[in-house]
Amino acid sequence: MMVATGMKKSSMLDLLVLVIRRDLVLAMRRRADVLTTLIFFVMVVSLFPLGVGPEMNMLRKMAAGVLWVAALLSSMLSLGRLFSADYLDGTLEQMMLAPQSLSMLVLGKMAAHWMVSGLPLVLMAPVLGLQFDMPVQALGVLIIGLLLGTPVLSMVGAIGAALTLGLRGGGVLLSLLVLPLCIPVLIFGTGAVEAVSTGLSAVSHLSLLGALLVFALVFTPWVTAQALRISME
Amino acid sequence: MAINWFKYSAPTTFYGLAGKLIPWFAISSAILFVVGLYIGFAVAPADYQQGEFYRIIFIHVPSSILSMFLYLVMAGYAALGLIFNTRLSAMMATAIAPTGALFAFISLWTGALWGKPMWGAWWVWDARLTSELILLFLYLGFIALHASIDDPRRADRASALLAIVGSVNVPIIYFSVKWWNTLHQGSTIKFSGTSMHVAMQQAMFITLAACWLYAIAVVLARVRSIILERERNTTWITELPEVRS
Repeated sequence: MMVATGMKKSSMLDLLVLVIRRDLVLAMRRRADVLTTLIFFVMVVSLFPLGVGPEMNMLRKMAAGVLWVAALLSSMLSLGRLFSADYLDGTLEQMMLAPQSLSMLVLGKMAAHWMVSGLPLVLMAPVLGLQFDMPVQALGVLIIGLLLGTPVLSMVGAIGAALTLGLRGGGVLLSLLVLPLCIPVLIFGTGAVEAVSTGLSAVSHLSLLGALLVFALVFTPWVTAQALRISME
Repeated sequence: MAINWFKYSAPTTFYGLAGKLIPWFAISSAILFVVGLYIGFAVAPADYQQGEFYRIIFIHVPSSILSMFLYLVMAGYAALGLIFNTRLSAMMATAIAPTGALFAFISLWTGALWGKPMWGAWWVWDARLTSELILLFLYLGFIALHASIDDPRRADRASALLAIVGSVNVPIIYFSVKWWNTLHQGSTIKFSGTSMHVAMQQAMFITLAACWLYAIAVVLARVRSIILERERNTTWITELPEVRS
């Protein structure tokens, strides 16, 4: 009885907080997974100067693009884990049977995924930007862009993760499906930095990134829930 | 008299209809190709600016138009299949994808051949080239997802959802790429009139129609094979004369 009344009281927001907290606890129990994504990000960014040469002028110009592409690739790496653990131990099936809205559950999982794999990249980016000798102002815009853009990568990626659930070679396939859809984020994110470094305002690019974020926030949880239903039936 | 609109939405009846239609589309496509290319290469004059090189548009423009249009048709069939759960719609979507990808590839290739003498480079990172390339990636993603799921029902539904998400994303990608950079010449045919010679225009519209009919013929032929493959365990398939022999 206690449980039943407790269930009734739980609102959408409580559910969201519950899912986020659960996924964060699970992620903290497996810190290595979080760290490998971050190390991959740092490594890819550090490979570029080795590949193209140490000229500071060129590196300064490339910095935003390199950081964004590296962020895109490393968020692809962690997407495979978004649903797979829950799928394998049957938790996902229970979640789909739950009376609460599946879209809300999915939104919680997306948010947790971003906190675990997107936010560390955003926090790491200034250090890497300094390696490329980015001016402070451009660095600020890069961080704002990443803050607005990386959640979109997690949300759009979740659709791909749900569609490729339990498939062989799912990881590579996932990147193939999701990367083309993420191109606008990459363009506006790097465009903002470019605008600032040529003396223009970055507001228009950042506004468009914000618009993409809102658009994704409204539609992707529902689409991902549909994709999960297709993959689980 | 009530017309049964859904008669041909069953693979059983559509298989026969498609078989009857294919020769008509194929033959008229071949005739139009011959006529269109003859006008394009023999009748139409050389361009005052681009010389003979412009003649590649008789292939390039139709394949670009069709690569984009076929994606929408594919997404439309995918949506129909997802909403009404009709088997044939999903099969049509699957059958369209390779043809769409082929046209996207031809469009990129002929664009590169035209770009070398005109711009002095095989590839330029301009908005239309880049979005055409991304369109090719979207087609390949659709095909790859469909191919990697063994259960045909799940494959149909999953790739249908991907096609719909892709078609929502196409305008966003197009405009983002357009604002990112633009160098491509503006379109010559505008609603306010055109600056093109009449023979060039005729040739282009005829080759466009030819490509269109070709696409229909090939898609119908492919969907027939898909029907045969998917329904191979049914009795009506085993009773077909071409299967029995």
